[in-house]
Amino acid sequence: MTAAPIHIAGERLMLDPEGALWWPARSLMAVADLHLEKGSSLAARGALLPPYDSRATLDRLTPLIRRYRPARLVALGDSFHDRHGAARLGAAEAERLRAIAAVTELVWVLGNHDPAPPAGFPGMAVAEWREGAIAFRHEGGGGTPEICGHHHPKALVPTRGKAVSRPCFVADSRRLMLPAFGAYTGGLDVRDQAIAGLFPRGCRVFLQGRGRLYSFTLAQLRAASPAEA
Amino acid sequence: MFPEHEPKRGTMGDATALPPALAAWFAARGWSPHPHQVAMLEAARAGRSALLIAPTGAGKTLAGFLGSLAALSEDASPRLHTLYVSPLKALASDIARNLTAPIAGMGLAVTVETRTGDTGAEARRRQRAKPPHILLTTPESLSVLLSLPDSFAMFAGLEAIVVDEIHALAGTKRGDQLALCLSRLASLAPRARRVGLSATVPHRAPLIAYLSAMGRADAGDVSVIEAPEGAEPSLGVMLPEGPLPWSGHMGLLATPDIYRLIREAGTSIVFVNTRAQAELVFQALWRLNDDGLAIALHHGSLAREQRERVEQAMAEGRLKAVVATSSLDLGIDWGDVDLVIQVGAPKGVSRLMQRIGRANHRWNEASRAVLVPANRFEVLECRAALDGVAAHDLDGDPPPPGGLDVLAQHVLGMACAAPFLVDELYAEVTRAAPYAALSRQDFDDVVRYVADGGYALSAYERHRRLFRDSEGRHHAASEAVMRRHRMNIGTIVEAPLLKVRLGRGFGGLQLGEIEEYFVSMLNPGDTFLFAGRVLRFDRLRETIVECSPAQGQDPKVPAYAGGRLPLTTYLADRVRAMLETPERWSDLPDSVAEWLRLQRSRSRLPGRNNLLVETFPRGGKWFLVAYCFEGRNAHQTLGMLLTRRMERAGFGPLGFVATDYVVAVWSAHQPLRVAELFGEEMLGDDLEEWMAESSMLRRTFRTVAVIAGLIDRHVPGAEKNRRQITINTDLVYDVLRKHEPDHVLLRATRADAARGLVDVGRVAGLLARAKGRVVHMALSRVSPLAVPVLLEVGRESVRSGEGEEALLAEAEEAALIAEALGEAEPAPPPPRVHPVHRANARRDARPAAHSPGTQGRVTLRSLRGRRQAELPLDE
Repeated sequence: MTAAPIHIAGERLMLDPEGALWWPARSLMAVADLHLEKGSSLAARGALLPPYDSRATLDRLTPLIRRYRPARLVALGDSFHDRHGAARLGAAEAERLRAIAAVTELVWVLGNHDPAPPAGFPGMAVAEWREGAIAFRHEGGGGTPEICGHHHPKALVPTRGKAVSRPCFVADSRRLMLPAFGAYTGGLDVRDQAIAGLFPRGCRVFLQGRGRLYSFTLAQLRAASPAEA
Repeated sequence: MFPEHEPKRGTMGDATALPPALAAWFAARGWSPHPHQVAMLEAARAGRSALLIAPTGAGKTLAGFLGSLAALSEDASPRLHTLYVSPLKALASDIARNLTAPIAGMGLAVTVETRTGDTGAEARRRQRAKPPHILLTTPESLSVLLSLPDSFAMFAGLEAIVVDEIHALAGTKRGDQLALCLSRLASLAPRARRVGLSATVPHRAPLIAYLSAMGRADAGDVSVIEAPEGAEPSLGVMLPEGPLPWSGHMGLLATPDIYRLIREAGTSIVFVNTRAQAELVFQALWRLNDDGLAIALHHGSLAREQRERVEQAMAEGRLKAVVATSSLDLGIDWGDVDLVIQVGAPKGVSRLMQRIGRANHRWNEASRAVLVPANRFEVLECRAALDGVAAHDLDGDPPPPGGLDVLAQHVLGMACAAPFLVDELYAEVTRAAPYAALSRQDFDDVVRYVADGGYALSAYERHRRLFRDSEGRHHAASEAVMRRHRMNIGTIVEAPLLKVRLGRGFGGLQLGEIEEYFVSMLNPGDTFLFAGRVLRFDRLRETIVECSPAQGQDPKVPAYAGGRLPLTTYLADRVRAMLETPERWSDLPDSVAEWLRLQRSRSRLPGRNNLLVETFPRGGKWFLVAYCFEGRNAHQTLGMLLTRRMERAGFGPLGFVATDYVVAVWSAHQPLRVAELFGEEMLGDDLEEWMAESSMLRRTFRTVAVIAGLIDRHVPGAEKNRRQITINTDLVYDVLRKHEPDHVLLRATRADAARGLVDVGRVAGLLARAKGRVVHMALSRVSPLAVPVLLEVGRESVRSGEGEEALLAEAEEAALIAEALGEAEPAPPPPRVHPVHRANARRDARPAAHSPGTQGRVTLRSLRGRRQAELPLDE
């Protein structure tokens, strides 16, 4: 497992290939857009997706908690897919979430999908979290330096064989956007104005790979000539 | 009129069998019915189902309707008498036009209407309240009709069902869907006889079973009627001038000769194998077109209006030639095409026959066709295909069992029509041939999936789509469920498409549709070839690709997914037989025969019953070339599996490339014990592991998920909010594989993987055949037969064992180097990067990661610097 260090506002932050942020100096871990219970939320609208998405998301989160043992876990909003998501969480999954809360302080930054704190779970609910000089928000675009989520960034890299699309981190020296951590979360291309507009002076993207990240500048993704697919 | 029906006076047949109105009509034209048409009429009068096997131009359509017209001439009381189902909307409309004239000529009061996706809401309502005598439709529209509660009343009096181009439907998902519909119709209208109209086919029994009300070929309820074969086609192979190319598939070298053929013929169809090839050949022909010949383009991505304009111009004889893909393999008849040119190898005998049949739709005149191979292997393939045509020896696999995804869609449709009992529905479904062998377990699993998703963790009690009443009947849960279902009926699942528009806004001219992934690789200003024009990509707005005309630039060619059909097993067998028999090389061009002789002296020739594998060093690498002849798809799968095994054996595979004929793998070390690499156990864990991450499996799963209704194509009123609704099926696939590997949708995905893009079935066949018969030639240099595939290296998509990860690493490395050399625009204020800690960098220097220290990367364990204590968390 190889994490990439970056610097934002003079602070050294680690990007974990699993899609989490680790800030060693503050013992703080952050993840964005867990979208727990998205499956059951869509089922209510008729799409009976496999009801294992919350379990799959927690399966990935737990080892990270085990590895870093953060003093604080900041969930950057849209932690539940809708405001009743927390109530639908299965007993086993709820138990695991409480186990995480028992070893680390949970901070629920509220998002557009979950405007209220999850009922029945420990942790602090805030509109925005501040750690040192850095603000942790769901949606980016407030003052910098900031760490945000919301857009589910992904990037498409033209390679020799085909174009490969993966979720990614997006960063410049003032702002970092995290990929969505949840199991059923799709993504928005980083070249979309909603994301690229937040990085007017260019940015670097870090694509999630198996055990490592792949890094490109946005300019490179734009300039690279697509291979014949 | 029936353009295909022009028998001359004095043709055999007994006009006295006809009812007076029909007899008078035939007599007035000086025609008499063909014997097979009379036989069809007799079967109809006896109330028997019939399969008509006839070549093009034998009056097939009239034969199919004769029984219905005869009955309706005697009793024209208002009722839905005959249902006609065609795979093509255009064909249904064409038949409607062609039926109207003779019905008027016979003075019959018979009404004919079409019901397709294009039929307006008002016409639909009217058709349900007051159906025509003859209704022409498609499998999708029929499914919609059968999901409505009034289907019981609508079809109760049905007497005949005509299935056109039945050979093109059986064995496909649309065919599965139609078979289920036929079975339902048999329950609604037990008296209705079935008529199947088919081209000549290699396997008859599956078609007989398909038409049988019992779903069995041996049920004895279907008469088989054959029309005599038409005139032998006149066929030739045309080689480009100069030396024969060693590789390449586009056949552009031959365009001057193709142009000459077009100029000399009346009207030609130039068939090619892919849409990209169609664009290139079309462009190349127009570059030569000093005579200003009317040459048009036709392929599946063009806008419907544009395709219809081309078809119309063709029908009216205004075109000199049309360059087409399989979009014209089926379809309406054009009497006046007198030459078919096949550019590139035909890939199968049946497919070639079908294409040749598009010329001269007159039964007693010879079709004329010219094959234009693009490279040496294709010369062999063309020769083998011609032999196959001459021997009337068709290829084609027997149809596979029906898909469980299609069944799921049907089950919900049946619940929308009326509550059902599972025992009754199971009995009905197994009377459809594709589902004759369906186990009760699979059926019950499908019903459970439809009801609540069928997950072991039954989380969706509140969101059930079906519920059971106290008598055990399954009901559709709500109006919303039914509405949703009807909006999503169908088994054709396209890759996400975007509309290509010339000019801005809604005033622009719509040219067609293009796959989303291709557009996502374009940047504003890039040029590409589409619809025969060079276009400049301006911008993407919602789902519209806005373009402007571009000139004088080398365009990027659109690349489409899945455009190529693999070589058929049968044709491959013929190619192998030809290679094995030097006496037959005299039929081949000298340069090809010489090439084979050279191969025989330097190595060996692949045999019919063995598997030749060559290994040789070249350019500091080792190459392994296996002459499997199993088609591109199977070779891709085999390549993935071989590289995995070679990795484990320590040979250090670096990449592979697959063609229709061979698979070539290159590696860092010499491959040894080669026969062991091809052991059948390859299909065990290796296959399972690969399936977990294969993008083709993911694509297959997406199709299954959409057909089975897990993911909606259309959500009522939600078209605008695409991002909210779109669910990434890849992520669903991962989760389902992990938590419920035996789920019915994964079973359906694996069944599909046995053929099609993954083609595991053919890999399995190859490994079984090769057992104990691998002939390994350890050579000191490249063999003559291996040259073509080596030339493909770098041109074809190459995938190494690690797949996407390796490709990403390589792209990252290239980007880094470009950045260092100042080729790419450097990122404006790059984020500060932490310098690599020496010790950590050394520890991290894994041999597999061949990107030399991109940004400082540090292992996490060393960062934390302390061992993790146990957490009270379960894994």
